Amino acid sequence: MSWVLIAEQSLNGLQFGLMLFLLAAGLTLVFGIMDMINLAHGSLYMLGAFIAASLVQVTGSFAAGVLLAVPATALLGMILEVSILRTLYARDHLSQVLATFALILILNEAVRLVWGSDAALAMPQALSGPVELVPGLMYPAYRLLIIAVGLAVAVFLFLLINKTRIGMLVRAGASNREMALAMGVNIQALFTLVFGVGAALCAVAGALLGPLLAVQVGMGENILILAFVVIVIGGIGSMRGALLGALLVGIVDTIGRAFLPIAFGAFLPPQFASAAGPAIASVAIYLLMALILFFRPQGLFPARG
Amino acid sequence: MRRSIFIFALLAAFPLAMSAAGQLFYVGMVSRMMVYAIAATSLNLLLGYGGMISFGHAAFVGTGAYVAGILLAEGAASAWLGWPAAVVAAGAAAALIGAVSLRTRGVYFIMITLAFAQMMFYLVNSMKAYGGDEGLSLPRRAQLGFGLDSANEVVFYYAVLLLLGLVLYSLHRLVRSRFGRVILAIRENEARAEAIGFPVYRYRLACFVIAGAAGGLAGALLASHGKYVNPNVLHWTQSGTLMIMVILGGVGRLWGGALGAFVLLGLEQLIADYPIAWLAALAPNYQQHAGLAVGAAMLAIVLYAPQGIAGLLAMKKDAPA
Repeated sequence: MSWVLIAEQSLNGLQFGLMLFLLAAGLTLVFGIMDMINLAHGSLYMLGAFIAASLVQVTGSFAAGVLLAVPATALLGMILEVSILRTLYARDHLSQVLATFALILILNEAVRLVWGSDAALAMPQALSGPVELVPGLMYPAYRLLIIAVGLAVAVFLFLLINKTRIGMLVRAGASNREMALAMGVNIQALFTLVFGVGAALCAVAGALLGPLLAVQVGMGENILILAFVVIVIGGIGSMRGALLGALLVGIVDTIGRAFLPIAFGAFLPPQFASAAGPAIASVAIYLLMALILFFRPQGLFPARG
Repeated sequence: MRRSIFIFALLAAFPLAMSAAGQLFYVGMVSRMMVYAIAATSLNLLLGYGGMISFGHAAFVGTGAYVAGILLAEGAASAWLGWPAAVVAAGAAAALIGAVSLRTRGVYFIMITLAFAQMMFYLVNSMKAYGGDEGLSLPRRAQLGFGLDSANEVVFYYAVLLLLGLVLYSLHRLVRSRFGRVILAIRENEARAEAIGFPVYRYRLACFVIAGAAGGLAGALLASHGKYVNPNVLHWTQSGTLMIMVILGGVGRLWGGALGAFVLLGLEQLIADYPIAWLAALAPNYQQHAGLAVGAAMLAIVLYAPQGIAGLLAMKKDAPA
């Protein structure tokens, strides 16, 4: 187990964690402010990836395609909010879960109708090779780009939430919705805007992860569950919690998959280690979540006191 | 009550009619619907009566399916061993998951049950010894004993029907018992129930375990029915589908889960089996996009008929318990 492997896997964990943060950030805001459980968030991630794939093909440029896909997905998200999701805010969580579950089915089929079951989205040629970070450590350039974009978006979000008037309204809504309403915040417009921002973040994550994972129908469903784990760990409505939770989940998952089988092999008979290692690694983040919730049922950084 | 007896009489007569018509395929199909009816009914106890929005019920169905399946694969063929073992194991899983999940409330509860179910999903997917992600094929259905051959579709049908009746009758008695009243009281006002002196957490956990165990029974039946355990029975979309069945049928109504299971599975079968000529002329491969119709129907039910089909059928006097 050399230091190169550890460094490489840590960077992979950071990269995955940052993309999870993009998904979790939108989800936690929608939860925190609107008290709305939105399963269709993963579908927006899928839509973002498919739209990016098409636009990259049309424009012939990866950057242009991705940059155009972000506002397009945001627009779709806002249309969804105004047309359907808005009527669900006043309903109970069960209705929200079921209605957005139905939306997943509908959007999956809609994508299948428009694009087919999958789409091709290749990373730009210039970034397909590795770069030498420090002597002896080669790392794929494209993954570095993802880390850079992820960090930039995280910084942008923190400035938006903590330093702007919009951000102040969002924070007010997350910590006490009724009070924010009573103080005259136009909560309906704010909801639509937040939803659009969430959809845009989905598109960024979907378009960037597209070349690494596959752009296919249903791609948003498993990563959605991970985003849920992130916001449960971090505390619903909390940006700080979403960032910390995402990095924790990303790193624990990646490191676990890479090293648990090796670690088990060191002190267990090989036939048992080869079976138990991957099994434990695949559930490591859920065990982490159970542990955190056992001691802190409200997550690490609950937005409401 | 009279309505329930009527429905059971219809279900009991169904295989006789199908045998006479030589259409045994439909007997197996309705068996499967009844298995899902048991699963959806067990979830209805949580959703409708307990007010606990569990989004991980597939975990317990899956636990039952895998325990029953593994026993069969290892050669323990008796249903009298396999099915109770599945029930106990699913109940134990529900006790563990519930003990942690029930410490949380609201959205947290929804998501933590979802996450635990997903954890079980990955766990069975990595069980290479028992099929891993390819699923577990079984040599035979569980043996019923008493000279009954469970490979016979009609015999298996009546076994499932009997168990469905047992589950529905138990639910009927349960919600009218002292325990059931406390569960309803907690659903209506948790703080008040707590203040009266009921140990809310323990009552909820007991309810969660009962529902999980009944879900395990459905899983065991599912494994025997198809002689195959698919790891996808634990996938979270299965939990969602079970919830849809409950909503479609009627939350907190005795027949809600069963009704929803029959309508949803029947609808899917109908779309797949019977091409509609004029629709096919408009959209040639519409049958491959059935999810669109199912999704739209579900959305409409949730938005416009939250009481489900049972709610539409029922008169005002028998509002949900």
